[in-house]
Amino acid sequence: MADLSVNICGVEFKNPIIPASGVFGYGREYEEFYPLSKLGGIATKGTTGAKRTGNIAPRIAETPAGMLNSVGLQNPGIDAFIEKELPNLLTKDTVILANIAGATAEECAEVAAKLEQTDVHMIELNISCPNVKQGGAAFGTSCDMAAQVTSAVRKATTKPLVVKLSPNVTSITDIAKAVEAAGADAVSLINTLLGMRIDIRKRRPILHNNVGGLSGPAIFPVAVRMVWQVANAVNIPIIGMGGVTTGEDAIELMEAGASAVQVGMACFTDPFAPIKIIEGMNDFLDEQGISSVRDIVGTVQPW
Amino acid sequence: MKYTQGSYPIVEKSAIAQDTFSFTLLCPEVAKIAQAGQFVHILPKGYGLRRPISIAGIDPEAGTLRLVFAIRGKGTDALAGLNQGDYMDMIAPLGHGFTLMPEAQHVVLVGGGIGVPPMLPLARYYGSRATAISGFRSFPQVILQEDLEALGAQTICCTEDGSAGAVKGFVTTPLEQLLSEGVDAVYACGPTPMLMAVADVCLRTGTYCEISLEERMACGVGACLGCACKTKNENGEEQFLHVCKNGPVFKAEEVQW
Repeated sequence: MADLSVNICGVEFKNPIIPASGVFGYGREYEEFYPLSKLGGIATKGTTGAKRTGNIAPRIAETPAGMLNSVGLQNPGIDAFIEKELPNLLTKDTVILANIAGATAEECAEVAAKLEQTDVHMIELNISCPNVKQGGAAFGTSCDMAAQVTSAVRKATTKPLVVKLSPNVTSITDIAKAVEAAGADAVSLINTLLGMRIDIRKRRPILHNNVGGLSGPAIFPVAVRMVWQVANAVNIPIIGMGGVTTGEDAIELMEAGASAVQVGMACFTDPFAPIKIIEGMNDFLDEQGISSVRDIVGTVQPW
Repeated sequence: MKYTQGSYPIVEKSAIAQDTFSFTLLCPEVAKIAQAGQFVHILPKGYGLRRPISIAGIDPEAGTLRLVFAIRGKGTDALAGLNQGDYMDMIAPLGHGFTLMPEAQHVVLVGGGIGVPPMLPLARYYGSRATAISGFRSFPQVILQEDLEALGAQTICCTEDGSAGAVKGFVTTPLEQLLSEGVDAVYACGPTPMLMAVADVCLRTGTYCEISLEERMACGVGACLGCACKTKNENGEEQFLHVCKNGPVFKAEEVQW
């Protein structure tokens, strides 16, 4: 049995596997399948200052080896999250990363300031949601904007701050360096890639929002590449994600430079995916005679 | 337990109409708790997303569930290729089902096309107190009329082209006639235009009506918020509920089309 524990920004995780924001709600639905304490952590559904109703359906489209979504940050707002969901989550013996978003830097900072008063373990600032018109993606695609919103949230909280990056940029390393300089304690990547599908008979996009975020195994090689590039560009830890389906995938992202790994679409294919990934990582480490998962982080030797 | 995931053996398979199949799965723990109107979420091998399929039969004694579905794309095509002895990877039972009314004297079950299967558990519950109106495009799509009759329901079959059944045209014609005689509840599942028409005529006549909706979904359990449905609550506020968890069955007056 290998040591799967990792430490990110001083927060101890019993293993590196975290269901990604948006796939896992606040954990209630998946607790029917297994105890949440088996997970390294949970990234909660993106929460904004006020309640958001989200986009009109269809919000989901299947794609080759992946899926598009355009949920549009539907959430009950930060006050309802803190009152109704967070206390329950904090009893689950797993690390809680509160994922937050906003239309403006001020909104993001206000949300972070409210979380500062709670016992949540980490804040994951989403500057990369492709499915909302204001904020979201706009923050994540410019170094200045990314730095501005990071810095505003940094001032509002002393909690470990993870900034979630968009892959829909020319240079993700530039954005990563900008948020590092603005006070981020870690970065998580990649959010979804912007995509589109059309019902050719109706001549209508399948998604009512026309475009949406692509996730799933189709984007895994992009995630590996970007994690590796960012690992070579910044000195803060990386939480990797994007199409991770198996223990081997998670190991690959960690060898590329991730200190922990989030799991998204795989939870839909198989609700037990996070648990099977943890087991698969342990099997790999045992087979390779590696005693701690920490020893593989960033060990890829490029040609 | 509310729902569970497992691989369950197919104990019976038959083709019941053009591109339409009936499967019976042995899944005692699911059959014990499943309710009329709930659905299952099945993973076709090699696909990333599951397919939501309504429950067409629940036999707690035999420990079986019956599923009837039509081939709609590659995923359902792959599922239709499975045979007796193969296994289906299923999360079940899911969703909020139909409200059963022990006191009801007469209920109407309105099914359109592949919306007919979820009417079977209702027919089993209400027996001769149910009239089942089923609508199909044409003769090759007609399904489950004998099954509904065997459960005691009176059946009225409608086809758009008149190639089968007693009625040429839409389900709303016989429905309006039945409603004028007084009906305790109407349950409906089928294509959106049909559901809108059924909801409209029920609201107009003040008849209690529940409808089962379909939407593209991912998780199936209420976490991802993919299968949004616009609804209006008692205070008149619009909100998005979710077909997988709050539904698939909604009160007709809740749904904002």
